[in-house]
Amino acid sequence: MSDNSPIPSRWVQPLQRRTFLRVTGASAASAALILAGCSTDTPEPVEADPYLLTLQASEDGVVNLAYYLSQVQAAVYQKVVDAPPTDFTAADRSFFNDLRDHAIVHRETLKYSLTTAALPVLTITTTSLTLTTRTGALAAAKQLEDLAAASYLYIIPLLSTQATQTLLLKISSVAARHSAAVRDLISPGSFADDDVVEASGANAGQAIAKTATDVVAVLAPFAAPYIISTVNLPTA
Amino acid sequence: MNFFQIIDKLAEVDPDTLGRFDSRRAIFSSLGDVAKRTALAASPLFLGALFQKAYAGETGTKATAVEVLNYALTLELLEADFYRLFLAANTIPTGAPTAAITKIKQHEDAHVTLLAGTNGTGGAIRGAGGTPVSGVRFKTSAFPSTYAQQLVVAQVLEDTGVRAYKGRAGELLGTDLLTVALQIHSVEARHAAHIRTMRGQRAWVNPSDDLAADPAYNSGVTGTTNTNTPFGYTIPAYMGPSKIENNVTQSSVNLTSDLGTTYLTADAAAAFDEYLQAAEILDASRAGGLVM
Repeated sequence: MSDNSPIPSRWVQPLQRRTFLRVTGASAASAALILAGCSTDTPEPVEADPYLLTLQASEDGVVNLAYYLSQVQAAVYQKVVDAPPTDFTAADRSFFNDLRDHAIVHRETLKYSLTTAALPVLTITTTSLTLTTRTGALAAAKQLEDLAAASYLYIIPLLSTQATQTLLLKISSVAARHSAAVRDLISPGSFADDDVVEASGANAGQAIAKTATDVVAVLAPFAAPYIISTVNLPTA
Repeated sequence: MNFFQIIDKLAEVDPDTLGRFDSRRAIFSSLGDVAKRTALAASPLFLGALFQKAYAGETGTKATAVEVLNYALTLELLEADFYRLFLAANTIPTGAPTAAITKIKQHEDAHVTLLAGTNGTGGAIRGAGGTPVSGVRFKTSAFPSTYAQQLVVAQVLEDTGVRAYKGRAGELLGTDLLTVALQIHSVEARHAAHIRTMRGQRAWVNPSDDLAADPAYNSGVTGTTNTNTPFGYTIPAYMGPSKIENNVTQSSVNLTSDLGTTYLTADAAAAFDEYLQAAEILDASRAGGLVM
């Protein structure tokens, strides 16, 4: 698939009015509403950006965020499996094989569950990573698995149907296991360090969540030139 | 920011504004993540207050949440007591292994505090109008004498915890407490992964585990089921055996054959962790049999 593959028209959607209010902030929005009352201008039509993929304002949009993440994971791990760093041990190779296999199963399961609402299959660019050394490959896996484990804490409460919630719950703990395991490979005993689990305070012992915005920010280089937008996603 | 004034403002131009919020909880949620995070960061006491506010008038949901949280607390107390015994047994090698078990114990203690508060005050359960269970101890006669066997119990307990949170998270769907439960669930999975690594096993549940035959990775109950626990709360009726951990069917789709490409049973099974119902977790063959 080339970078210029046509994207189904359902992916090109205008910013919704409610989303606009949310994005601009409620107080700014109320000012805008007053101004809108005084204005007679008809807004100029905005041309749709062919590289903008806006996640749906529904459960599908939320599941697509997980699907997008699994697309990136599967592509990165496949690259490592295809050309393992020369300093990889046999155990490292087996570890990345498992990560790759799990990511592909997650990706295909999520795609299947989304049917026609699934995000297009993206061409994943991995040039932002160093996958030719053990250190680089493990750092990439840590970044992606930490992100997955943290983002499911944000994604799952946004789901409205129990069946979807159950499906993603079953993936979420495997993501946390991956994250803990890759951390232990990089630095033994770092499976639940302070940057992923709150060490003190009222939330001590709780995993730290990452939002949809955090996810698309980290993944942006992998999907270029496409931009995945979260503006329409439900937030609660 | 006067949030309700803004709601009124919006209502002037859009009479349906108030109709768009289904409950006070939704209004609170609409304050956005920063506000929510700040609220959660305040204290477990505040968390409880928030929950009471969210569920004013929804007593059925609130009672269910208290039962789910007390069930979670039962398992956290069991784990915390197990790690207390583990550290006291003087079998753990110094250095990394002791550091890891100490850290896991700290997390379990923190989970107990989050749910039950400290010194008889605070905690999510009181905040939701309930009384936290207490007195759950690990059965000393079930505590093994060797380090290797103690790690086996630790792995089984952690993997059981992961399955237990999954089994009841659905009952918290739509409440602010779901996120808290997920945050604990995720940490239990990290513990399980590390204990497995300490034991030389893969970090995820898979069909070639040395403990694959343990009841923790299977399902069903061994005796008669009772919906009332010895700790005074009600658990949902047993609905028949849950999926076992080497299950390859998700959402009625056989992942090894129905996804267009064929996938190995081991990968399809390991890619998903399964849940267990409360009746299965509290069965004598699993965590229930480890309670004093």
